[in-house]
Amino acid sequence: MTHPNSSAAPVLSVRHLKIDLHGGAQTLVHDLSFDVRPGEFLAVVGESGSGKTMAARAILQLLPPGIAQSGGQIVFDGEDLSTRDVKAMRPIRGPGIGMVFQEPMVSLNPVHRIGEQMAEGLRMHTKLSAAEIRARCLDMLRRVQIADPERCLHAYPHEFSGGMRQRIMLASVMLLKPHLLIADEPTTALDTLSQREVLDLMVGLAKDQGTAVLLITHNLGLVGRYAQRAIVLEKGKLVETGDVPAILVDPKQPYTRKLVDALPRRQAAKPAPAAPQQPLVQVRGLCVSYPGARAGFFKRHAPVQVIDQLDLDIHPGEMVALVGGSGSGKTTLGRAILRLAPSHAGQILFRGDDVRRADRAALHRFRLACQLVFQDPFSSLDPRMRVQEIVAEPLRHLPALDAAARGKRVHETLDEVGLDGLGARYPHELSGGQRQRVAIARALVRRPAFVVADEPVSALDMTIQAQVLRLFQSLQAHHGFACLFISHDLAAVEQIADRVVVMERGRIVEQGPRDAVFDQPSHAYTQALLAATPRPLASLAESVPRPSEKVFA
Amino acid sequence: MLAYLLRRIAMTVPTLLLVSIAVFTLMRLIPGDPVQLMLGEGADPAQLELARQQMGLDQPLVTQYVVWLRHALTGDLGVSTTNGLAVLPLIWERFHVSAVIVLTAVALASLIAVPAGLVAAWRKDRPTDLAIIGAATLMLSVPSFWLGLLLLMFFGQYLHWLPVVGYVPMSEDFSQGLMYVILPIVTLVLVETGVLTRMSRASTIEVLRLEYVTHARAKGVPESQVLRRHVLPNAFNPTLTMIGLILGHLLSGIAVLETVFTLPGLGRLMIDSIFARDYPVLQGCLLFTACIYVVINLIVDMCYPLFDPRVSVQ
Amino acid sequence: MKKLKTHTLVGGVLIGVLLVLALVAALWTPYNPLGIDLRGKLQPPSAAHWLGTDEFGRDVASRAMRAASTSCLIALLTVALATAVGLVVGVLAGFVRGWTDRVLMAFNDTLLAFPGLLLALGVMVIVGANQWGIVLALSMAYAPSVVRVVRGTVLSLREREYVEASRMIGNGEIYTMWRHILPNCVAPVAVLATSMFGWVLLSESALSFLGLGVPPPAPTWGNMLSSARPYMASAVWLCLVPGLCIALTLLGINLLGESLRDRLDPRTEKS
Repeated sequence: MTHPNSSAAPVLSVRHLKIDLHGGAQTLVHDLSFDVRPGEFLAVVGESGSGKTMAARAILQLLPPGIAQSGGQIVFDGEDLSTRDVKAMRPIRGPGIGMVFQEPMVSLNPVHRIGEQMAEGLRMHTKLSAAEIRARCLDMLRRVQIADPERCLHAYPHEFSGGMRQRIMLASVMLLKPHLLIADEPTTALDTLSQREVLDLMVGLAKDQGTAVLLITHNLGLVGRYAQRAIVLEKGKLVETGDVPAILVDPKQPYTRKLVDALPRRQAAKPAPAAPQQPLVQVRGLCVSYPGARAGFFKRHAPVQVIDQLDLDIHPGEMVALVGGSGSGKTTLGRAILRLAPSHAGQILFRGDDVRRADRAALHRFRLACQLVFQDPFSSLDPRMRVQEIVAEPLRHLPALDAAARGKRVHETLDEVGLDGLGARYPHELSGGQRQRVAIARALVRRPAFVVADEPVSALDMTIQAQVLRLFQSLQAHHGFACLFISHDLAAVEQIADRVVVMERGRIVEQGPRDAVFDQPSHAYTQALLAATPRPLASLAESVPRPSEKVFA
Repeated sequence: MLAYLLRRIAMTVPTLLLVSIAVFTLMRLIPGDPVQLMLGEGADPAQLELARQQMGLDQPLVTQYVVWLRHALTGDLGVSTTNGLAVLPLIWERFHVSAVIVLTAVALASLIAVPAGLVAAWRKDRPTDLAIIGAATLMLSVPSFWLGLLLLMFFGQYLHWLPVVGYVPMSEDFSQGLMYVILPIVTLVLVETGVLTRMSRASTIEVLRLEYVTHARAKGVPESQVLRRHVLPNAFNPTLTMIGLILGHLLSGIAVLETVFTLPGLGRLMIDSIFARDYPVLQGCLLFTACIYVVINLIVDMCYPLFDPRVSVQ
Repeated sequence: MKKLKTHTLVGGVLIGVLLVLALVAALWTPYNPLGIDLRGKLQPPSAAHWLGTDEFGRDVASRAMRAASTSCLIALLTVALATAVGLVVGVLAGFVRGWTDRVLMAFNDTLLAFPGLLLALGVMVIVGANQWGIVLALSMAYAPSVVRVVRGTVLSLREREYVEASRMIGNGEIYTMWRHILPNCVAPVAVLATSMFGWVLLSESALSFLGLGVPPPAPTWGNMLSSARPYMASAVWLCLVPGLCIALTLLGINLLGESLRDRLDPRTEKS
């Protein structure tokens, strides 16, 4: 990356920016000042509520209704943008400053063809002929590695995956050769491999055109890999500025240190059990498929094989991590093992009994001993039930416990997850991290032998993620349940797993103890995943928290 | 795309069949001797006996239905007991009158409502929006027959600008005919614009929240173009559904306006046939109206892919 | 937010007045709504008769009040019946699925193929024009919409993770339906029921206007308007009063319905 010329005038200079909600009712950004130098890659880091997205939108005057800039200047090219009215902003938007958004699914208009949408910007800001415009679009699509660019121009957005749409969006924005590119969490909604592709492309294109990049992100790993400088925001205030990697290795401010500490780090592997144990769960030859899409009037395409002849063992007390990109089948596997998704061949043995074909009584016993923690903390809790009712519900099926015993168990479990005193609240009154802890409490209240955790921390902020991961680890160590931890985030897996299983397109391509898989991956897919995951602190190690130590004292 | 269209058309066949069964059942449930109902009060016993044989009333119900259906498919819906005219041509003629008014009114209402809703959503919570939404709410609270009556009282009785009763088809005399349909059309436009504006506004607000709108603005696209090219095509679909619903609703609801303005339309025909116990005509009206509604829904469904390319893929 | 308060306030006042008048009129009206007095016919509004008298000398105000009672009762019964049937059928179809769903939906779609008042007209012909006939006819006309909305809600709720979680805990299907799905259906059904009250009122007025609703001499706003037609020029108040009553009631319902919708909109939840 070309080193930015620090003596040249900054491309963008934000001075004392203040953003308010509803004319002063609440301040979202306080007195923010920072510079972006020409050709530089600056990362703006913060968790939700830090005001980073609002600050970025304010630059282009794209704030949502009800939110407005109430003070400060935004100096671009020697002029304060905040003095321009909306119409005067038009020449800046696009050729001056370009912006890429987070959600690839809704950032392209579904009713217009790709070619039309890409050409729109060029038609508006340049005087090129139609043929010229088409040539440039094709060129840029090739640059972002879209196969068959001609067909792409003619196609509609819904025909492409999230990663491809994000690349098209990038192409569309960079076509106008902006001086500054603002990227607001551009890869958060993508899977690991796509993430790397898109960001590498972004950096490459920016280098070619000499565009400065302002990357808004909550992922410190990405900051470590791509940024040259970073600023940290907390609750609308600037906390620290610094060069990368210095700011990550030696943070000066307590908040920054908290963020860096929240990065998952590998811990000493657990000692192997004395005697080899019988596996708790054994999967043999499992097959799951979905019917094919419609083809014509009466026919259907061949069925899609989601999981193909899969074998897997999970031992008691073991934390097995299941990783893979999107479409690998890992979520389906988790659900199929718990019989929440139908499978059509194979065996699922739990404590020696086949539960795949079991009758209702056997299935019920199976359900009593296993549980699932869902990914989405918002939709996995019934909005009409209080926290204690949610956690108490599974105890319906333990007739041995009377009302008093149940109350006690609920209270204990809530205490363990650090939610004591919040039993009477409703889910919408809790934060994302708290809701996820309720989901964990619900899963653990019956003291199950086996828990499947489906991306339990993916939807959470960095520091909350770290808390919940540590909680999960300590609970597992304390109660000794076996766990199948499904995740696309290899960094989180590195901290928590005993064994790692890598899936690609419905098959297991590699498995083994965590250290072996991470340090000497043998399969190409594993290597690609590892290379795509930013892990700035891979070498640090820390002691395992003691089982009796509560994470929230 | 073609597969989607063919599939959609094929789906209407069972619906039409079920509709015909429903109408047949409905008519059979009317208390009274079916032959008497079909031939009217004044028929003599010999005619009744003949008709009974002809209608095959001794046969099982299913056969009766099939016979009736066969007749209906060839266009023979029987004969009116009040004036002996063939039912289908009578219905078709009256349908023209209703259709002209309904289609014109809905088209005008849509032309006003869609942009009005767009503007209201764009200027949400500001005076323009409040004015538009206030007007829309008032308009949709007024019953159409009362509004028609008031307009008739004012423009007809009081100002003598427009005729109070009667009807002349526009095919015969355009300007005269126009006089008779202006008020009903205006009444309908006023009432339906309210509903459509609300729907248009609501769906536009939804779309304005979406990211591709912000993205278009971020490219420097002027606001009018953002609204026209990016927002409108996406916001139109729910409004299109509503238009279909309104057209259907008016197929029977037009009866009240035709009563107020004494127009010889399909609605009035149906009401008159109920009072006159002219059951062949009533049966024909029910069947005809329900079938037209199925066709309207089909046309609306076929319009969706024009506005949203994602639809045909489902 | 301020706009919401005005909505609720005005809507609430209008509906409140309506309900009070309807309740009162069920027991007492200033004059007998059916009391004929041919000598005092077609009198304009005065101190004795606040809203004038009609062509039979009956007090318009009393008739309007009694009409409020009748219309409200019919509308409430219809909404209750349609909602109850709609909930049962919708939940059954949406939850059980398979052949039950297909048969029920075929039946429902056939009913929905009859637009607006058509079905109600047909049923009225069979059962005859009386209060219970109207309730039955209008319920049959509106229940299919409730079924559709409920089934749609149930289908989307089934995919929610907390329903899956309930199964995961080991709860049976019926328990899950009762405890988790049904309570979450209440919001959309409540909004629909409020709008339906307005539609039913309007439909009943239209039917009575056409002479196919509540038969005279029992007053309903629709038939009052219908019999006022010959007197358009001579007794304007006869045309104004019933129509104004309908319009104000519908306005109140629309305003309340909107504020209800805003309150129950899940998007207003902060995430």
